[in-house]
Amino acid sequence: MIADFAWIRPEPMGLHIVPADAWIDPARAVDTALVTHGHADHARGGHGTTIATPATLAIMAVRYATEAGAIPVAYGESIALPGAVTATFIPAGHVLGSAQILLEHAGERVVVTGDYKRRADPTCPPFEVTPCDLFITEATFGLPVFRHPPIAQEIAKLLAARAANPARCVLVGAYALGKAQRVIAELRAAGYRDPIYLHGAMERMCRLYEELGVDLGDLRLMADVPKASLEGQIVVCPPSALNDRWSRRLPDPITAMASGWMRVRQRAVQKNVELPLVISDHADWDELTRTIEEVNPAESWITHGREEALLRWCELHQRRARALALVGYEDEDD
Amino acid sequence: MERFAALVDSLVYTRSRNAKLALIATYLREMPDPDRGWALAALTDGIDFPAVKASTIRNLLTERVDPVLYTLSRDYVGDTAETASLLWPEPLAPVALPPTVAEAVAELRAMTRATAARELAGLLDRLDANGRYALLKLATGAMRIGISARLAKVAFAQAFGVSIDDVEEYWHGQASPYLPLFAWAAEGAPPPRTDQLPLFRPFMLAHPLDETVVDMAEYVAEWKWDGIRVQLVHVAGETRVFSRSGDDISGTFPEIAAALPIDAVLDGELLVRGAHQGGEAGGAASFNALQQRLGRKAVSKKMLAEYPAFVRLYDILIDEGEDVRSWAWEQRRAKLEAFVPRLDPARFDLSQVVVAESLVDLAAIRERARDDAIEGVMLKRRDSPYVAGRRTGLWYKWKRDPLLIDCVLMYAQRGSGKRSSFYSDFTFGCWDGDPDAGAELLPVGKAYFGFTDEELKWLDHYVRQHTVNRFGPVRETDRSLVFEVAFDSIHASKRHKSGVAMRFPRISRIRRDKPAHEADRLDTLKALIAD
Repeated sequence: MIADFAWIRPEPMGLHIVPADAWIDPARAVDTALVTHGHADHARGGHGTTIATPATLAIMAVRYATEAGAIPVAYGESIALPGAVTATFIPAGHVLGSAQILLEHAGERVVVTGDYKRRADPTCPPFEVTPCDLFITEATFGLPVFRHPPIAQEIAKLLAARAANPARCVLVGAYALGKAQRVIAELRAAGYRDPIYLHGAMERMCRLYEELGVDLGDLRLMADVPKASLEGQIVVCPPSALNDRWSRRLPDPITAMASGWMRVRQRAVQKNVELPLVISDHADWDELTRTIEEVNPAESWITHGREEALLRWCELHQRRARALALVGYEDEDD
Repeated sequence: MERFAALVDSLVYTRSRNAKLALIATYLREMPDPDRGWALAALTDGIDFPAVKASTIRNLLTERVDPVLYTLSRDYVGDTAETASLLWPEPLAPVALPPTVAEAVAELRAMTRATAARELAGLLDRLDANGRYALLKLATGAMRIGISARLAKVAFAQAFGVSIDDVEEYWHGQASPYLPLFAWAAEGAPPPRTDQLPLFRPFMLAHPLDETVVDMAEYVAEWKWDGIRVQLVHVAGETRVFSRSGDDISGTFPEIAAALPIDAVLDGELLVRGAHQGGEAGGAASFNALQQRLGRKAVSKKMLAEYPAFVRLYDILIDEGEDVRSWAWEQRRAKLEAFVPRLDPARFDLSQVVVAESLVDLAAIRERARDDAIEGVMLKRRDSPYVAGRRTGLWYKWKRDPLLIDCVLMYAQRGSGKRSSFYSDFTFGCWDGDPDAGAELLPVGKAYFGFTDEELKWLDHYVRQHTVNRFGPVRETDRSLVFEVAFDSIHASKRHKSGVAMRFPRISRIRRDKPAHEADRLDTLKALIAD
């Protein structure tokens, strides 16, 4: 029997859980929202009730002050929704607090991955493969050209550039939630003990990570120190600040960017990046396809990203799949 | 190959011209012959492997990767070599050491159409992703990594402390891997001889006049003809016709090559006889007519009769073995005026000086010149020597104002190279009647420049938000955005459904303020047809 999953409806503004009248990562404010993780394109403010992991709610509280109506659900725990739907939050390995959401209704199991990756990340628990009937997966890096190298190799590139240019600083553009903390934690894991300097916009989120138990070592605000003392140092800023006037306050910075898009040369060139670091918090092509194989669902729905290629892969491997046209998820900065 | 691959990679990510020069110069100083010569040839497009085509690479990949996934990847990455370097399945165990540049070149040269696929695969297996990228760029002879041939030559000059003018001069008699050039520059050997060879000399070029004001007492004006700039070289019984890029086009214009029997190097505009210009005796046709002759390897008698070519001479560089490039323009002009009567008047005439007392006078004269064959005017300093490239203050070009029309964006396609993954090639249309009475838009042209990087980002976003249909790399938009399109001229064309073809269309302004139904109609465009 082929299930039709009529109780889950992809709408342009998000996934609608019809019997519960609840939405997953809706693009507009709704009465009841289940949020997979704290990135702005998934976690919007203003919902009546927001159901998410405690860490995701803490991240959202920093951004939108959404304490009212927040319902925390820890990893591995379930919540009963109206209409006989049960939702369980499972680690997705994307950023701190990120979750896949397992929905169960009328004997059918649906997993919504949100954003995820399979690589180890010192800042969040790893993705857990969860058997299901319908697997709704992201496809941000859904092209076979995207194969992220081991992160140790990219961190070594960053440290080598720093060592080779003692009179310059290395300015690393990294998404303020998740990527920045992962890069810092990986630098620490590689034995880097010097202070790491932060753009002001990174501070709150780094502090929150530390409050939630992720050790990031000696962090300092870049604004607090004179220009000359940043020579030979590593500074982390949001990608938007890389080519901003702000960066002129740094000593001849080497512009680095930590992103899966850096795999494609011209994407790095377009962003004026001198030192591309292929570091992503999304699954690469091999991870996406391996995960579908391991989850082995009856059907896959593919959202936000390069759906066409993953759809083609499913076709070649005789797996039922369809692409969803959800709007608003643009992980251009990943 | 690793050093070359690292060089290519660094060049891609380096913005500053000085830093690029330093990277290339260091490579040229530190690497041995002939590797560095082959690398230089690759950077200056001086290398070609006829057996390896973009299609060879595509076929190689689609034997190993699903063709649909390959095409989706290629569309996204925007570059065949890079797509292939990323998609190439790595051999499970290392096959052999990476080849040197010279080894790779030797293998590439020995390939035939029949063996290319297998042998190229063997080379790819020996390299990592960066190495594969550099190899494929080398093999297809299209680096397109933002390094002009000129920049590479400047780097060569810097690497060994020699003059760039000398490098340009000696370059053209040399074939890759340029061993005599390296022997001269790096080891102090005598320079390669050039005086008895029919060599290209670098053209002198002009800056746009823009806001500059010049004193007409110090400058002289000439028409800027709308043909192609050529250099004619005759030495030791041989004649060559070179295009602006230094390509030998003697075979395309045999009647010109045959008409210069005197040892000389001349600079002029190649035109086709016609009736589209006034003012001077001996008419020239529009660029459209000249286009019929361009790019042909064999020229039929009919072509020669229907589109007879001639050269309107601007300058003389070498007169019977005497190099006069260091002379002032006025002195060279006197030489040229004495020289032209010795040539066949059917094939050569003299570019006339436009008499104007002031820039205001000249502006008025320029505005009246609506002939197709005239692009604008040139201003040359009377005491200017003939020097390679663009030098500030010596020559200026003052182009006519372009024609403008409002069109509606219909389709957008992803660009290549620097614009890979951006929707940057735009097809636009005009209404074939009254849009309120059910008229349709017909495509009238395509443009991929004229906008700033900021505008490109905005346009890319706009296209993504207003897509109604997708055809591979092309998106059809909802036909809501108006462009003001500038172009130099427009011609009737049977090949286009709209019946018109634009020359040099570019996006002049994005008219977010203008509703699509107020864009121009085809009739307006057709009224501007000049031939």
